[in-house]
Amino acid sequence: MKLWRKPLDFGKIKVPRGEIHIFKDRCKGCAFCVEYCPKDVLEMSEEFNAKGYHPPSVKNADDCVECHLCEMLCPEFAIFVTLKEEDKETIDVTTEKGVK
Amino acid sequence: METKQIVKEEIHPDQSKTGGVHPMDNLLRMDRMPHIWCPSCGIGIAVTAFTAALEKANMDPNMVSIVSGIGCTGRVAGYVKLDSFHTTHGRPIAFGTGIRVANPKIKVVVFSGDGDLIAIGGNHFIHAARRNIDMLVVCVNNFIYAMTGGQVAPTTPLAAYATTSPYGCVEPPFNIPYIADSSGAVYVARWTTLHVRRLTNSIAEALQKKGFSVVEVISPCGMYYSRINRLGDGLDMMRFYHDNVEIRHGEDTKNLDIGFQTKIICGKFVDRERPTYMERYNDYISRVKGA
Amino acid sequence: MKADPKGVLTGTHTLSGNYACAEGALAAGCRFLGIYPIVPALEVSQRFLDRAKEVDATFIQMEDEVSVLAAVLGASWTGKRSMTVTSGPGFSLMMEHLGLGVMLETPCVIVDVQMVGPGLGMPLRAAQADIMQARWGSHGDYEIIALAPSSPQEMFEFTIKAFNLSERFRIPVAVMSDAYLAHLEEKVVIPPAEKIYIEPRRYYNGPQNSYLPFKRDQDFVPPMVDIGQGYRFHVTGLTHDDRGYPIMFEECQEYNVHPLVKKVRSYADKIVEVQEINTEDAEVIVISYGTTARAALMAVEQARASGIKAGSLKLVTVWPFPEQKVAGLAKKAKAFVVPEMNFGQVVSEVERCSYGNTNVFFVSHGEKGVENTTDIVAAIEQASQMKKTENRVIEYEGV
Repeated sequence: MKLWRKPLDFGKIKVPRGEIHIFKDRCKGCAFCVEYCPKDVLEMSEEFNAKGYHPPSVKNADDCVECHLCEMLCPEFAIFVTLKEEDKETIDVTTEKGVK
Repeated sequence: METKQIVKEEIHPDQSKTGGVHPMDNLLRMDRMPHIWCPSCGIGIAVTAFTAALEKANMDPNMVSIVSGIGCTGRVAGYVKLDSFHTTHGRPIAFGTGIRVANPKIKVVVFSGDGDLIAIGGNHFIHAARRNIDMLVVCVNNFIYAMTGGQVAPTTPLAAYATTSPYGCVEPPFNIPYIADSSGAVYVARWTTLHVRRLTNSIAEALQKKGFSVVEVISPCGMYYSRINRLGDGLDMMRFYHDNVEIRHGEDTKNLDIGFQTKIICGKFVDRERPTYMERYNDYISRVKGA
Repeated sequence: MKADPKGVLTGTHTLSGNYACAEGALAAGCRFLGIYPIVPALEVSQRFLDRAKEVDATFIQMEDEVSVLAAVLGASWTGKRSMTVTSGPGFSLMMEHLGLGVMLETPCVIVDVQMVGPGLGMPLRAAQADIMQARWGSHGDYEIIALAPSSPQEMFEFTIKAFNLSERFRIPVAVMSDAYLAHLEEKVVIPPAEKIYIEPRRYYNGPQNSYLPFKRDQDFVPPMVDIGQGYRFHVTGLTHDDRGYPIMFEECQEYNVHPLVKKVRSYADKIVEVQEINTEDAEVIVISYGTTARAALMAVEQARASGIKAGSLKLVTVWPFPEQKVAGLAKKAKAFVVPEMNFGQVVSEVERCSYGNTNVFFVSHGEKGVENTTDIVAAIEQASQMKKTENRVIEYEGV
C-alpha cells in the first residue's frame, strides 16, 4: 500500500513475517486462500495432490504478514501460518487468542 | 473384528512440507481428515470459526457438547473433538434440550443446516427459543438440501432452481433471523463465510450469552445450489458475498429477507436478556416447595 | 447398588397404576422425566412433579412426542436415568427415536399406557394392541425388551426392573401398561430402600485417548461415559465402528447391527421372565400377560376347581418372547388358550413357537373381559375336550 508520508512510529512497529504451512493432501483446490490473501502471497500450483486437486503454493514468501486470513478461510483446515522464528523475540504479540 | 479391517479407504498422511500441527488440532478430529464436504463448500469455514470462537471465549472443551442433525452441516459433529452427537433429522435441538435440562453445566451447541433446523426441525426451533433453553444454534444456510442431492429448502429463494423445483421455486422462503427473533431468541446474528473474523467474534459472544442464541451462516454450495442456478462455484459465490453484503447491526429482522441474488444483510440483530428455562424452573419450584 | 432413599416412599399405599409407575421410577433413580400429554398417561407426570423437588429431578413437557424421546435420550447421556410416558399415538411418533436409542445404545424407559386404536381410537379404554409395535415398530433390525405388568404392585416393580434391564443392556425398554391398569387403584407395598436392587450403569474409567465408545465387552455391551467427563466421544446414528465414527461398507451390517441384536438374543434366557402356575401336569395352559392375566389366573383356578387340568403361564417379559418355554410346554399340553385385549398379537408368537405341536385358542375381548372370566373358562373347557393331535388354531367365538 502506498503511503503519502512516513508513519510517525515507523521505527517502533515491526511488521510480523509469517511462515506458511500447507497440508497438500487435504486441499480441494477451492482457491479461497489465493483470492483473499491481502498481500498476494499464494497462487494455485500446477502440481496435483493425491486426490487430483491443485494445492496452492507460496509465490512471495517474504510478503506474508501473518494475518491468518488464509488459515481462517480455508474450509479444509489445509493451511496455517506461524510467526517466523526470527521474529518471535522481537515482536510483542498482543493479539487475542484465537483471532490471530 | 478390528477397526482397521473395516476402514477400507486409504488415509493419506498429511504432507505438510514444513511439518507442524494445525492450531485447531486439539479441537478437530484430524484422524478423519480430509472431510467429506465438497470443494469450495463453506461449512469448513464455519467450523474453523467455531473452533476459533471456542478458544476466544475461553470455554472448557470438556464441558461443551455439540449436537448435529442430518445433512451436510450435520456431519460437523463428527469432525469436532468434543462430546458430539449425530442424531436424527430435525431433532438436534430436542436432543440438546434434554442434555441441557438434565445437566445445566454443559454448554450445548447445535450445529446444523437450514433444512434440518427450519423445515423438519422448525417446531423444535421455535419452542426452544420460546422456552429460552440455554444453547447456541449455528445454522449454516446454503439455501438447499445438499446432502440428498439439491432439493428445495425452506430458505431457497423464490424462482431459484433446485432438483425438486425444476421450474423455479414457487415457495417464498423463510427469513431465519425473523423466526428466531419473534420466537424469543436472545441473540440473533447473520454472517457469511466470507466474514470469518466477524463470524468468529459473533460465535464467541453467543457462546458466553445465557439463553437461546442463533447465528446464521450463509455459505456457498458449489456443487448444488450455485451449480444448478448457473452461479459458478463456491469462489464465485464468495465474490458475490463480497460485493453484495451489507452490514447493518440492529436492523429490524422483518427486513432481512433474501431473494435470488439480491443484497444480503448481515450483522448482529438481537442482543437482549431473558430468564432461561432452568432459571425459571428452579425459581418457581423453590417458591412453591421451599428452597 | 441400593436405591436412593429420597426416592423411595416406603410403606403400604393405595395407588393407581400410573401413580405406582411414578413411584417406581423415583425409586429406581429416575431423575429426568419428559412427556407430551396424552390421556391415559397423564397422572404419571402429576405424581412425579409432586415429588420432583424432594429428589432433585428435572421435568420437561416437550412440544411433541418426537422431541420427547429425543430429549430423554440426550438426558440419558448426561448420566441421569430418564423416562417418558405415552400412549398409542405417541408411541407411534416415538418410533424413529426408539431406533436411534437402540443404535446409540442409550438406556431409557418408555412406558406405553395402551389405549384402543388405531388412529384416534378410544383414549380412555384399555387394549393390548401395541405389543407387536413395541417389537417391530421402528425400521431396521433391532431387539427390544418389553415388560407387561398386571397390577399396580407390578407396575411399581416392573418400572424398576425396566430401568435395571435398560442399564444392564444399554437398550431402551418398554413397559406395556394400559388404560385400565393406569387408573386401577390397589394396595402397593413399597419396601425400604435397602431392599431395592438398582443396576448401576457400567462406566469406562480408563484414559481418554484409548476410549473406544463401542468396543464391546464379551457380553456385547460397551461401557458408557457421561457428557462432560472429558472423553470427547462421538456417537452417531449411522452404522459405526468402535470409535463411533460412521462407516459405510457392507460389512457394517454384520459388524454394527448384528451385535445390537445379539445383545438381547444371546442373553434371552437371563432376560426372559415368566410366572408358571400348575403347568407340570396341565392339559390346557392359559398364556396371558398384562391386565388380562388378572382374569386368566382366576379362570385357571375356576377350571381346576371344576376338574380340568388347567395351568397358567403369565408373561412378565413379552419381548424377548419366551420361545423355549412355550415350545417346551407345547409338546406336553393339549392346547394353549391365549386371551388378549386385541385382535391377535401375542397369539401369533405362541402359534409360531408351538411349531404345530398343539392347539391354540385365541380369546379376544375388550376391556370388560378383564372383569369376568366367562369367555376364558368356556374356552378352557372347549380346549380340554379337543384331542392333542388336532393341531388347530381357533379363534374363540363366544358362548
